Amino acid sequence: MILMKDVYKTYSNGVTALNSLNVDIDQGEFVYIVGPSGAGKSTFVKLIYREERPTTGSVFINNVDLSTLKERKVPYLRRDVGVIFQDFKLLPKLTIYENIAFALEVIEESPRAIRKRVMEVLEQVGLKNKARAIPDELSGGEQQRVSIARAIVNHPKIVIADEPTGNLDPDTSWEIMRTFEKINASGTTIIMATHSKEIVNTIKKRVIAIEGGLIVRDENRGEYGYEI
Amino acid sequence: MLGTRIGESMAMKFRTMTRHIREGFKNIARNGWMTVASIAAVTTTLILVGAFLALMLNLNQMANKVEEDVKINTLIDRTADPDVITELGKEIKDINGIDSVVFSSNDEELEKLINSMGDDGKSWELFEQDNPLNHVYIIRAQNPEDTMKIAEKVEKLDGVQEVNYGEDVVQRLFEFNKYARNIGLVLIIGLVFTAIFLISNTIKITIMARSREIGIMKLVGATNGFIRWPFFVEGLLLGVIGSIIPIGVVLGGYDYLEKVVSGQNKYAFVDILPFNPFAWQLSLIILAIGALIGTWGSVMSIRKFLKV
Repeated sequence: MILMKDVYKTYSNGVTALNSLNVDIDQGEFVYIVGPSGAGKSTFVKLIYREERPTTGSVFINNVDLSTLKERKVPYLRRDVGVIFQDFKLLPKLTIYENIAFALEVIEESPRAIRKRVMEVLEQVGLKNKARAIPDELSGGEQQRVSIARAIVNHPKIVIADEPTGNLDPDTSWEIMRTFEKINASGTTIIMATHSKEIVNTIKKRVIAIEGGLIVRDENRGEYGYEI
Repeated sequence: MLGTRIGESMAMKFRTMTRHIREGFKNIARNGWMTVASIAAVTTTLILVGAFLALMLNLNQMANKVEEDVKINTLIDRTADPDVITELGKEIKDINGIDSVVFSSNDEELEKLINSMGDDGKSWELFEQDNPLNHVYIIRAQNPEDTMKIAEKVEKLDGVQEVNYGEDVVQRLFEFNKYARNIGLVLIIGLVFTAIFLISNTIKITIMARSREIGIMKLVGATNGFIRWPFFVEGLLLGVIGSIIPIGVVLGGYDYLEKVVSGQNKYAFVDILPFNPFAWQLSLIILAIGALIGTWGSVMSIRKFLKV
């Protein structure tokens, strides 16, 4: 599913973010990526949706080698990988409905199918009554649920979340986590980079700890393992 | 089977296209003040371009008219007999670049002179008995700028006493016109480029404000083409909407100008191009420039953000 071999990543400013990283994640897994700030978590996550390319080594997603993937093929990869961010990344001028529909318009779905599917996911994340609102009118937790809805609307095989609860209060965070568990239960792989010790230690899943660009720990049903 | 699949994909393309056009229109509304700013920039520059174009094209037209009036008066030797005169006429016609050669006898010339003098002409009627004027060949060049060359050739022919075409004035006129045209052309090109620069800059700012949005679109798997199309439509609309007021100004202003000028018909020299079709043609040019720089500006600006 997700396979990385000897991945090195050095940015143009000379910073080495990943240093001989090897990992293998199967379809349907739920994986936490933990580690101190600047350890390479974000770079690791960005490699999966081809925001970054490895300097050397290879990254395979569904048996496609991203290090040689042509630029014009990247959009098609991203349709199989839903992404969720700490800052939500919603289109500010579009309504909630339009934001989610956009991911389906991109794959040229019929308007009828779009309407049906968008209402479905809005129902799933409990925001059916906010369809006509714009992002600024929603709370942080609601906006994050919108971005989750957008990430899953076209049934991606992988959902990547980069600190999805970073900006949310604890109650809202648990709500978001319940949504992730539901998505995972339907067979979607979830990769979640997080700093939340509570979440990692409560909802036990595979934990990959990255430090200094290396995987220092990889255990099923692991602990967060850091103070703070 | 294959047929229905092609049909389906065609329907898809059409649907996507209508989506892009719809989004382009919606973006105009969504971007509020940015839209207003872009349209204002287009409007201002197009008014300038329109006014200047109207001026330049009219000046050019006037220059053409003046140049067409340039003719060579060939005074025929008074001692020349009719055979020589006929022969001379043929020889002149054989010169390259001659548009017309008209013979005018000395009586006709005197009549013209008397008529042109108005009341003062009466005193010239005395000469009708003993006409001091020459027979004349009036020559027009196909290309007025060749007048001088032709005059030189004609002067050397048998039976020619003198050629007369207002040497100095004509030479200066042509040189002046040439410079005026070149300067006008340079100014118009400069103005159009300034307009393109100004407008594409304004549009660039509106797109820059949306670079984050473009990034998000790419994240959810939009292809560059998919992102570009609504911007293309939006740019086209900005250009077209921005050219409405300039077209109104050109049509209204030119109509007014034409009335003023035709009210003072005694200056035949000031003879502007007729409103129909000139003002309409000019409107079309303004619309085309507006549409072109609108789309060009937005497509060029977005190019930068699509490279990731």
